[in-house]
Amino acid sequence: MVSDNVLFCTELIGLRVYDTRGRRLGRVKDAALVPIINPARVDRFLVGGGWTWLTVRFDQVRSISLDGIYLRDEKLTPYHSDEYMLRIVRDLLDQQIIDALGRKVVRVTDVTFQIKPMEGHTQLDVLEVDIGMRSIFRRLAQGVIPPSWVRKIQKPIGPNSIGWEYCNIVEPDPQRRLRLNISNVALEKMHPADLADIVEELGPDDREAIIETIDPEVAADALSEMDVDIQASILESLETERAAEIIEEMSPDEAAHVLAELEEETSSEILEELTEESKSEVSELFEHRDHTAGAMMTTEYVSLPENATVQDAIEVLRQDEEMLEVLNTVFLVDAEEAPVAAVPLAKLFIAPGSHPLKDLAPDTLLRVTVTESENRVTDIFDKYNLLTLAVVDADRKLVGVITADDVISVLKQK
Amino acid sequence: MLKRLKYHIAVFFSVIGPGFITAVVDNDAGGIFTYSQAGAKYGYLPLWTLLPITLLLIVTQEMCSRMGAVTGKGLSDLIREEFGLRTTFFVMALLLLANLTNVMANFAGIASSLGLFTVSKYISVPLAAAAVWFLILKTDYQRIEKIFLFACSLYICYIVSGILVKPDWKEAAIYSVRPVLMLDSGYITMLIAMVGTSVAPWMQFFLQAAVVEKGITAKGYAESRIEVIVGCIVMSVIAFFIIVSCAGAIWSNGPRDIVDAADAAEALKPFGQYAFLLFCAGLLNASVFAACILPLSTAYTVCEGLGFESGVNRRFNEAPVFYWLITLLIVIGGGVVLLPNFPLVQMILLSQVINGMLLPLVLIFMTILVNKQYLMKEWTNSRVYNFVAWTAVAVMIGLTVGLVGISLQDLLRSK
Repeated sequence: MVSDNVLFCTELIGLRVYDTRGRRLGRVKDAALVPIINPARVDRFLVGGGWTWLTVRFDQVRSISLDGIYLRDEKLTPYHSDEYMLRIVRDLLDQQIIDALGRKVVRVTDVTFQIKPMEGHTQLDVLEVDIGMRSIFRRLAQGVIPPSWVRKIQKPIGPNSIGWEYCNIVEPDPQRRLRLNISNVALEKMHPADLADIVEELGPDDREAIIETIDPEVAADALSEMDVDIQASILESLETERAAEIIEEMSPDEAAHVLAELEEETSSEILEELTEESKSEVSELFEHRDHTAGAMMTTEYVSLPENATVQDAIEVLRQDEEMLEVLNTVFLVDAEEAPVAAVPLAKLFIAPGSHPLKDLAPDTLLRVTVTESENRVTDIFDKYNLLTLAVVDADRKLVGVITADDVISVLKQK
Repeated sequence: MLKRLKYHIAVFFSVIGPGFITAVVDNDAGGIFTYSQAGAKYGYLPLWTLLPITLLLIVTQEMCSRMGAVTGKGLSDLIREEFGLRTTFFVMALLLLANLTNVMANFAGIASSLGLFTVSKYISVPLAAAAVWFLILKTDYQRIEKIFLFACSLYICYIVSGILVKPDWKEAAIYSVRPVLMLDSGYITMLIAMVGTSVAPWMQFFLQAAVVEKGITAKGYAESRIEVIVGCIVMSVIAFFIIVSCAGAIWSNGPRDIVDAADAAEALKPFGQYAFLLFCAGLLNASVFAACILPLSTAYTVCEGLGFESGVNRRFNEAPVFYWLITLLIVIGGGVVLLPNFPLVQMILLSQVINGMLLPLVLIFMTILVNKQYLMKEWTNSRVYNFVAWTAVAVMIGLTVGLVGISLQDLLRSK
């Protein structure tokens, strides 16, 4: 498993450095990447000898092995802290990173490098980040047992590593994120529920950093999956504009839900930033009392006049493709906007285009008023095996829809 | 006005949990024994120590819960990040050992309290172990916390049994505020033991992790601070009643040493069946309570510090180390109590030695961490608070080292 062309960070640190004539200069103290130039290559070796640390550039190294680092050039410069550097020991070891492939937060115990002979020089590339028993053993044995023994003894312990390309560093400072070229592409590709789990596991600063920098749509989806207290604490820590941007992307019921948890001042500030449309949607929902149908429902639904045809329905659906992902019912309303029928989406597939929608709907239409209790709503869903339920206001107008996932959330909270 | 008061009470109860539970569970089988012993042998004299103990406890607990609220990270996480893996490993290994012996002591508490009702330990211990295992692994934290809070309320047993014994309240009141020092080696040992058992390393880890788990943030911290303080006071009130009931029941009839906490319960029998029953029920409750919290908290702490997956919401194959730790702590901790001739007393002394070695480390790490600007921002200790904190830490360390010395002496003598 462990071959000769790899080197562990535990082995690199303390490795002796020799100049061209074989004189010892000192020992390796740390290694730094400059991710903006190359995301994996060790760009500088920091060598401690006398009073200061010296910097060895990657192309000044002739060979690297367990016996030491031999240089081919002696023009070394003193080390200055550089904001573009990601230092392995200082910034990576023992810190938390996100494993984008395994979708979890892990703590770095050791780092595995690949020794790469190039033309004229030898460089180290970060290969994997090590977690688990094997790397813990290496850390404990480091400097106590000779490295070659460590390699032999560790063999029976199963390795546990994450490829460097899947490692996402968590950096709360936005300036430094830019300098270190940390991107969130991998996080944005995750399922929102997985991302939510990861963010919940981090401390408040790191949470904020991630939600602040990822795409607002992804942030909104992930936030919707989190505990409402955590949603609130994250949103309160963000800039008002950014929070509004995210709220804008959330479904109105989720948005109203979290806004209700925020402090009044913050939530009214955020409301001010929203576009007129979302503002009216959200503030409408905002009015409803907790644990009522009004608080459960969303105002995103599709309704058509009662004499509409299948063709009309398809036309309307084409205009809002995003909604199709979650939609399963189309509602028909009369001239007073009162719901008259609910057409299951699947029926549209088998009916000819000219067919009136009303004929596709079941005979009875169930509805509740906004003030109906949460418990009553879940009972209705259970009894009639519903996927959606229309919600009407005091004037019997259709104002929202409750879907099965809203019911699941309510049940889960009990 | 009334409405605002109601609001504050509601907020308080919504954050009540971590700080309160941690302080109260501090009175586990070992703690109850120590306080019973103090009351039985020296009557009302040692009561004055409860006041400084409460203060020390508040200072140390407050720093932990503040760190949890501000950083959102557990203490073992922070130690790992700031002091490296080797230190963390050392601390975790000691913690594991100390907590294992603590678990043993509490299963022994279960055995002896049920033993008073002539339940064989071969029945009570395996049943309790199985119950503890299921409770921890098959329930989510929110429900566990409710059960724990209920267990906290059962500590009222001690208050009632203390009243039933009809101790000398005037004496008790006077000696609560009048420090009495005697140059009697037994007395000094007693005082050190009382302080030494009051702050245990595991509590710091458990409290901080529970604060994080509960999602308390820096903003909501003010209520948590009150909760920590109330918890510490409740803990001392319970200790007070344990001491006075033993003082009233045993010391007033002739001071003597007691063998274990069940021995103290036995001595309460002349004061009516209820005093005895309540004292036993209190001991049983405290032991079961601690036997639940210790394995859970240990597994969380160790896994967090060393970077293994943890949490009861993960499945066994996702977090094997976590589940194995819990299971082994319960099986070994309960199992040894059933072994004939197992040197339990020595193990408990050993646990005090290990705890005593660990506590200085943990307290020093804590105080360093809580002063790191980049971790705590504006929430670092103020200068005055730092003075108090370091003094408290120094006092705790001094007394704990004293306890280590005494325990080592006993350990060697008992061999």
